[in-house]
Amino acid sequence: MIKKERLIWIYTKMNEIRKFEEKAWKLFEENKLRGSVHLYIGEEAIAATVCSLLTDADYITSTHRGHGHGIAKSGDIKSAMAELMGKETGFCKGRGGSMHIADLEKGNLGANAIVGGGIPIAVGGALAAQLKGTDQVSVSFFGDGASNQGTFHESLNLASVWKLPAIFICENNQFAISVPVAQSTSVKDISVRSKGYDMPGYTVDGNDVLAINEAMEKAIKRAKKGGGPTLIECKTYRWKGHWTGDPEIYRSREEVAEWIEKCPIKRLRKHMIDEKIASAKELDAIEAKAQADVDEATQFALNSPEPDTAKVMDDVFFEELGGAV
Amino acid sequence: MSKKTYAMAIRDCIAEEMRKDSNIFIMGEDIAEQGGIFSCTRGLLEEFGPELVRNTPISENSFVGAGIGAACAGLRPIVELMYMDFVYVAMDQLLNQAAKIRYMFGGKAKVPLVIRGQQGIGRGNAGQHSQSVEALFMHIPGLKVALPSTPADAAGLLRTAIRDDNPVMFFEHKALYATKGEVPDDEDFAIPFGQANVIKQGTDATIVATLYYVDKALKAAEILEKEGISCEVIDPRTIVPLDIDTIIGSVEKTGRLIIVHEAHKTGGVGAEIASQVTENAFMYLDAPPQRLGAKQCTLPFNLGLENAVIPQIEDIVKAVKKTTYK
Repeated sequence: MIKKERLIWIYTKMNEIRKFEEKAWKLFEENKLRGSVHLYIGEEAIAATVCSLLTDADYITSTHRGHGHGIAKSGDIKSAMAELMGKETGFCKGRGGSMHIADLEKGNLGANAIVGGGIPIAVGGALAAQLKGTDQVSVSFFGDGASNQGTFHESLNLASVWKLPAIFICENNQFAISVPVAQSTSVKDISVRSKGYDMPGYTVDGNDVLAINEAMEKAIKRAKKGGGPTLIECKTYRWKGHWTGDPEIYRSREEVAEWIEKCPIKRLRKHMIDEKIASAKELDAIEAKAQADVDEATQFALNSPEPDTAKVMDDVFFEELGGAV
Repeated sequence: MSKKTYAMAIRDCIAEEMRKDSNIFIMGEDIAEQGGIFSCTRGLLEEFGPELVRNTPISENSFVGAGIGAACAGLRPIVELMYMDFVYVAMDQLLNQAAKIRYMFGGKAKVPLVIRGQQGIGRGNAGQHSQSVEALFMHIPGLKVALPSTPADAAGLLRTAIRDDNPVMFFEHKALYATKGEVPDDEDFAIPFGQANVIKQGTDATIVATLYYVDKALKAAEILEKEGISCEVIDPRTIVPLDIDTIIGSVEKTGRLIIVHEAHKTGGVGAEIASQVTENAFMYLDAPPQRLGAKQCTLPFNLGLENAVIPQIEDIVKAVKKTTYK
């Protein structure tokens, strides 16, 4: 059961992420973004639902497909869009770009362009919470591909041995770039890997806000009681290619179309209308506001200054080492 | 001043800093009850308890990563690697994460993390337990690199490392652990990074040496002194930041440069120092700089073979003579 206020928050975040990603795609096609962008379209329910249960004090680590997590955790769309454009006003002052959105003040310990790279770092966030004696939790988002990295297995073991308040969210979007899960992964449900590390594991429909919420609430309760970590696998699907240039030879258009039918935003909207939680008009207004916010963020980013190239050596270290390197 | 071994200087410094700052904790393999296989954490468990002195599973990549995360979350972790050879297992977390986080996130993160442990030859440990790996960490921007050669330097540099807001790679040498020296009793005794130590003044040649090779360089200098060649011996103490000014200043006086370390010669710290001196003080050089380091092969087990791979005192003597044309 999710209270209306939080459901509205989730719906808002999902729309913001969707509009943000659609805009990023368009900007990329218009050559206004360089590098590549990995879009979260179709997976919005996971970041929005998980982050709806976190406070600014809680930690997350994110992935190369991290725009959604960043928006859901910190809410600053302008800094995110400016970072995609490499501008001075971006989260990372143009040093990081699409794959490195971080906002430490809001508990986002950073997106990570190494598959599985953020998982131990989230464990460190959980370790800090335990040592400080706070009730913070630390969430690691990662994909199905990352569940085959050593860091995943080591981190689950470490968090379990030390009973850390860590929550491992596996976003199983069916493909590690072009390789289907069945070709690369020894188990059908990645959540069963939790058994090897003596922690609860849940596989839920990653397009179903209510199902994600239920598992996440259990995980948070366990973490805060000192019970240790939980693994939650959210089965979902990415609508777009792995990245903006993906030829997508590994799946059929029909398969993609089927999943577009299972749109998590549409699904939540239907639930809220059917259950009379919100009116269509109310939800339309949220969608329109999300679009307007993303448009405003885009304009902000486009108008923002480029970073000063004279400062390219800033921030390698905490203090300036000058020429002494 | 107190006379201490290098290992005890490290242990005492950790304990002193942990007493002052409750954000400091230490983790690593066999560091709690066992006190570390080289005794550098002996007694810490008893004093600070199992929360702050943690044995880790043998999972270098994840416990180094957990150190990074804890540092980002406001703590000041010290992570011990039992052998620095094992650092390769944690390379992604160190080179892709710890080194880059601050820069990549636009200066909005700090990672006050110390990775420490021992390296080098001395116990017949062969190819995967005897390497000297510091050069790798000089190449990747974002990590500071310290190489203490005496008990006092170990204490003073480690204190600076623990108090530093950047990730620091702290390379101890296993053959130095039992060496003894005077260490200041001042619990705030800290040696700033980037300040080379001119251990011996000289006029004819500059020998730059690190870790175990500082002592060997001094022995070579003694031999050379008897033959009328006066050597200046410099220990840079940290290679990131590197006090190249002190080295260049010395070369301006002596006109000759010899760099010796136990790490492989090829692509090593000596190559970097030789290049920087050549770029900036070419006109002062009376001879080409000489580099000495391990031969470009894996460190072998057999003692005779091991000695054949790493530079010997007589090799340093020869290299100096080569630059002085004697």
